Amino acid sequence: MSERVGVYVCHCGTNIAGVINVEEVARWASEQPNVAIARDYKFMCSSLGQDLIEADIEQFGLTHVVVAACSPNMHEKTFRAACERAGLNPFLFEMANIRELNSWTTKDDQAATHKAKAQIMGAIQRVIHHQPLELIPVQINPSTLVLGGGIAGITAALELANGGYHVYLVEREPSIGGHMAQWDKTFPTLDCAACILTPRMVEVGQHPNITLLTYSEVEAVEGSLGNFRVTIRKKARYVNEELCTGCAICEEKCPKKVVDDVFEAGLSKRKVIYRPFPQAVPKYPVIDVANCTYFQRGKCKACQILCPANAIDFEQQDQILQVEVGNVILATGYETFDPHRIPQYGYGRLANVFTSVEFERMVNASGPTAGKILLRDQPVEPKSVAIIHCVGSRDKNFNEYCSRVCCMYSLKFAHLVRERLPDAEVYNFYIDIRAAGKRYEEFYHRVMDEGAHFIRGRVAEVTDVARTLEEEGKLVVQVYDTLFGAQRRIPVDMVILSVGMEARHDARQVAQLFGLGCDASNFFTERHPKLDPVLTTAEGIFIAGGCQGPMAIPETVAQAAAAAARVISYIGKGTIMMEPIKAHIDAARCSGCRICNNLCPYKAIVYHEDQKVSEVVAPLCQGCGTCVAACPSAAISGAHYTHQQLAAQIEGLLWDARLPELAGVEGD
Amino acid sequence: MSESTYEPIIIGFLCNWCSYRAADLAGTARLHYSINMRPIRVMCSGRVEPDLVLAALRNGADGVLIAGCHPGECHYLEGNLKTLRRYKLLKRMLAQFGIEQERVQLVWASASEGSALANAIDRMTQELRQLGPLRWQETVIQRMDFQPAQRVEAISDPVGEEVP
Repeated sequence: MSERVGVYVCHCGTNIAGVINVEEVARWASEQPNVAIARDYKFMCSSLGQDLIEADIEQFGLTHVVVAACSPNMHEKTFRAACERAGLNPFLFEMANIRELNSWTTKDDQAATHKAKAQIMGAIQRVIHHQPLELIPVQINPSTLVLGGGIAGITAALELANGGYHVYLVEREPSIGGHMAQWDKTFPTLDCAACILTPRMVEVGQHPNITLLTYSEVEAVEGSLGNFRVTIRKKARYVNEELCTGCAICEEKCPKKVVDDVFEAGLSKRKVIYRPFPQAVPKYPVIDVANCTYFQRGKCKACQILCPANAIDFEQQDQILQVEVGNVILATGYETFDPHRIPQYGYGRLANVFTSVEFERMVNASGPTAGKILLRDQPVEPKSVAIIHCVGSRDKNFNEYCSRVCCMYSLKFAHLVRERLPDAEVYNFYIDIRAAGKRYEEFYHRVMDEGAHFIRGRVAEVTDVARTLEEEGKLVVQVYDTLFGAQRRIPVDMVILSVGMEARHDARQVAQLFGLGCDASNFFTERHPKLDPVLTTAEGIFIAGGCQGPMAIPETVAQAAAAAARVISYIGKGTIMMEPIKAHIDAARCSGCRICNNLCPYKAIVYHEDQKVSEVVAPLCQGCGTCVAACPSAAISGAHYTHQQLAAQIEGLLWDARLPELAGVEGD
Repeated sequence: MSESTYEPIIIGFLCNWCSYRAADLAGTARLHYSINMRPIRVMCSGRVEPDLVLAALRNGADGVLIAGCHPGECHYLEGNLKTLRRYKLLKRMLAQFGIEQERVQLVWASASEGSALANAIDRMTQELRQLGPLRWQETVIQRMDFQPAQRVEAISDPVGEEVP
């Protein structure tokens, strides 16, 4: 017995021990070949559990360690560190996941115990083939890419820039500001969104450490943590940014207007050369080519002729920029639910049904109605307003999740209607009021005290078909009032649909571009929902704000600052250690067939024509092992996932299945 | 092991980024599913060489499940597509060995699809219970030696089969 393996079986309280007979498993393990010591312990991940491993490594001279506990995604690093502290190379360790992949999936204690033994046998047989490996140091480029210029991206960029690090802030729209720039007041304090946002936008625009790239999109990403190479397309604005003074004369003189579907949510028009809103950062306008008379018909040029700075450049081309960064923060935000998908609510068919985004613009003093609440079909103030909560949210037909912000902004709307139109009646149709946040519940009580009505029930229909004289000319909200226990019909003049938050339509493409995961609703997946909410499954790629899931401004800002802090901790370290899971080609065995060359998605394999062999370029290799699996000469080995290791693990996992009479009949 | 109490053993190759996390999620969500799958973590389903699948069957597994990220969502861009190619070829070879289609399966499970993976394992376990033990010795070794021509004719071409 040349190897001395230590096997540790964790109870995890009752999480494992409640199903698997851990004492029996440990006793059995201690009798297996190569096992020097096997123990079970209540919590292996506790400092006492780790001490146990460290002491045994020293006392028994363990050469390898197996811990049967939770998922390696949870505690592999913990136990590797324990091995290292006791002087054992951390890669001489293997974890058997008998919790997530066993005890939590069954009530059958005998079958679970049996499976645990197989998993542990697999780990024992695998670990004795483990090679000591050294972590690879990687220099961290101190620049960071922040994608998305909403409040999340702005906050993250400022945190980093104020810390002295360079930031490339990339925004798809012509101005930063995001959704928050569209909003009027913010709940529950009712401070004006623009008043708190625009100073930060200006700060971004003027910051010496921030390269602001608006009207730009990321096209390609290469590399990994520490060294990403990002290709950015800076779309042509047709305005020379060096010359433009932002005087907006072009905007004034442009003869053509189109409906502004983005910033004003379709409620008003903008010029074809435009800035999304007057406080836009940067201040340069952009020409909407699809609608521009010059671009479509070759005539007009009013903006060019009248520009005092001679800044209009119809010949401008898209620019392709390459930047190098060490980390990426994705703050790509969210979209609002399209209520056309719920036809019974009449949006798009009944003129006075509005979305919450439209209402936000309407109550905004700089919005299309200068802050007046008016019906769509006639310039009249409504005498009664219905606010329908949970539109598209908490609904199995659309989004099962709660969008978290709608209750609070609906309450804010109720307040704003009562404030602007003191005689108007406001009805909130809600399922539950979710006012969980600092001073949120108090705000709810305030709105109730102000006289808003609350009707509990999911609205069935909004209709203009009147049944009574009173309903004539009104929108009727049909609802089953679950507190009242009856169907009700409430006639109102205006209906606001509190639409929920959804992932961006192209979130999956962005996730694919950066190599991270999305959940079933297409929100980006965090590394751990509780303990690592801003890092993704891809090292060096962080997320903040609405792209991770529905959240309000305070949480978004907190997350953005957290992501920036995580990036700064990497930059501060300067060098981080990467797992050495890379492929290696044994030149002596390589036949030069070049099958692997085209398989590598990272182009990390080069062919040496003179020696007729291929070689893996280690810094480019990401360790997937596709080439290892393909090599017909078995010349490529994948560190920590060698053929020998995997084959040994298979044999171990099948320790009970391999019939004795077959041994030796067919070999490797 | 008598037929009535027969429980198949499945070796499950789970890719680190999607399907292993799906399996973790199934556990965290306390989804109860067939205990028959014994997991091996690989960085990418593209690492699963056909030889490892055969090694599992040779060593007594009744079936092999390979689980990877959905096409287009591979952490390593397209490793799963390489897996798909190899899988199709492997299935053709396994058919020639006389090994039933159900014994080697490829499924896609993203990190959020714990229940989809659990369902796939349940379904496969059920199919293998119907088939009974693989018996590599009788199925492959003996048949390979004595009746090769007859066997090849008997098995239909599985290449057009749809992958979930």
